[in-house]
Amino acid sequence: MNAYNFAYLDEQTKRMIRRAILKGLAVPGYQVPFASREMPMPYGWGTGGVQVSAAILTPEDRFKVIDQGADDTTNAVSIRKFFERTAGVAVTERTIEASVIQTRHRIPETPLREDQILVYQVPIPEPLRFLEPRETETRKMHSLQEYGLMHVKLYEDISRHGAIATSYAYPVKVAGRYVMDPSPIPKFDNPKLESDAIQLFGAGREQRIYAVPPHTRVVSLDFEDHPFDPTKADHSCDLCGADDSYLDEVIMDDAGGRMFVCSDADYCRDRREAGQSGAKAGALS
Amino acid sequence: MTPLLQVRNVSKRYGSRIGCAEVSFDLYPGEVMGIVGESGSGKSTLLNCLAGKLTPDGGQVVFDTRMDGPVDTLTMSEPQRRMLGRTDWAFVHQHARDGLRMGVSAGGNIGERLMAVGERHYGRIRGQATDWLDRVEIDQARIDDRPEAFSGGMQQRLQIARNLVTGPRLAFMDEPTGGLDVSVQARLLDLLRGLVREMGLSALIVTHDLAVVRLLADRLMVMKDGRVVEAGLTDQVLDDPQHAYTQLLVSSVLQA
Repeated sequence: MNAYNFAYLDEQTKRMIRRAILKGLAVPGYQVPFASREMPMPYGWGTGGVQVSAAILTPEDRFKVIDQGADDTTNAVSIRKFFERTAGVAVTERTIEASVIQTRHRIPETPLREDQILVYQVPIPEPLRFLEPRETETRKMHSLQEYGLMHVKLYEDISRHGAIATSYAYPVKVAGRYVMDPSPIPKFDNPKLESDAIQLFGAGREQRIYAVPPHTRVVSLDFEDHPFDPTKADHSCDLCGADDSYLDEVIMDDAGGRMFVCSDADYCRDRREAGQSGAKAGALS
Repeated sequence: MTPLLQVRNVSKRYGSRIGCAEVSFDLYPGEVMGIVGESGSGKSTLLNCLAGKLTPDGGQVVFDTRMDGPVDTLTMSEPQRRMLGRTDWAFVHQHARDGLRMGVSAGGNIGERLMAVGERHYGRIRGQATDWLDRVEIDQARIDDRPEAFSGGMQQRLQIARNLVTGPRLAFMDEPTGGLDVSVQARLLDLLRGLVREMGLSALIVTHDLAVVRLLADRLMVMKDGRVVEAGLTDQVLDDPQHAYTQLLVSSVLQA
């Protein structure tokens, strides 16, 4: 424990990251470059999110990590352990108890509060990347607000599939200015980007940090005649019976058996502890 | 009548080499101007300077904008210039690949400019794309095909449709018929002539093919070593060339 500075990174690095975070909060949706450090985990495991968490954690914080909504998957467990060991902070699996939540691919179903911070792990921060390969050009497009190309992608979706088929990392416009990649969250979660909590996005390999401050307008891009539709599986949770949460489809056997369960494990457990139950509530016990 | 484009003393040097030097001319609404000359004579440099793709070392390029009247495009802000580039200007590249998005369907290619200027209604974009495919004689059924699946002539026609969809007033064309075989060229020229007349479009056409200018251009500029050596009405210049280089150029063409 004493071999590390609090939360692994040295204080100068944390100051540098905090400056990037403050700039990101001041210009919502703008990708702030920062000097990303090597972390003791591979790129793609959330090195950006980990650096942001390290820079904002205080000894009094209570930390939660989710990966695809669950607290007990490899990525979530290893990052939670990392900060338990290097920062000694308290950890929790309950959304309402946490002050800092690091997440990959989901926003918790329980609405977040003003005293909470949500940290996203971002693989590719540039929403225009696969449309325009040149970084110099995408930067110019952001600075001049030339976002027509983003709609070309949505047009292609409709012409090929009859509807906007983009179902995750669905592009949004933040505070009427910057088009932003919300990281690969399902588009079901897009409405939750307008939140009371601070939302910070860290991309380690790409060396970018961006942010959505509390109570900021976040609009999902769409067409007038093909409006944005936050879809989910047309089912309710087989464990807790919730019909308002994002669901995972779980294959049960090789005879076509399957069940739908809440992707947010904490939300599902809370509901079951409160006495709610779904169609196959006994299946996993 | 106010000229649509007034060019004054435009020069561009590449180090000590001359790209183009002290070019001046006026282009009036509805007029088609041809720029001819051999390879390396500075035609493309001039065109790129005028279209804002290169920054000239000196001179003025005054465009008669819809909103504010004549404005020097070299001193206007970059967002304004880029806005002109996707509304009132069209740029047709010699190679369709440079002007098209090869990974995007034909409909998406035509719709891009509309979406760039704020159109957010899928049905209307689709309708315009269909209409334009028809106007450039591409089968409407191919609206969802990618340009990769198109022949060279179709790609070039698609590029033209993509550029003209916002109803520009000035088109820059860099060897629009280069690399196409003669029958396809003839069809493309026919199409271009029709569109230019129908839309009242002004155009600057760079080419080394005298037949192209004979067919399309009202006026002609002959360039050599970065300078304009002769200018005038197309028929006049081609039938009675005054400058030694123009005489050489005209006499080099095989009479079919």
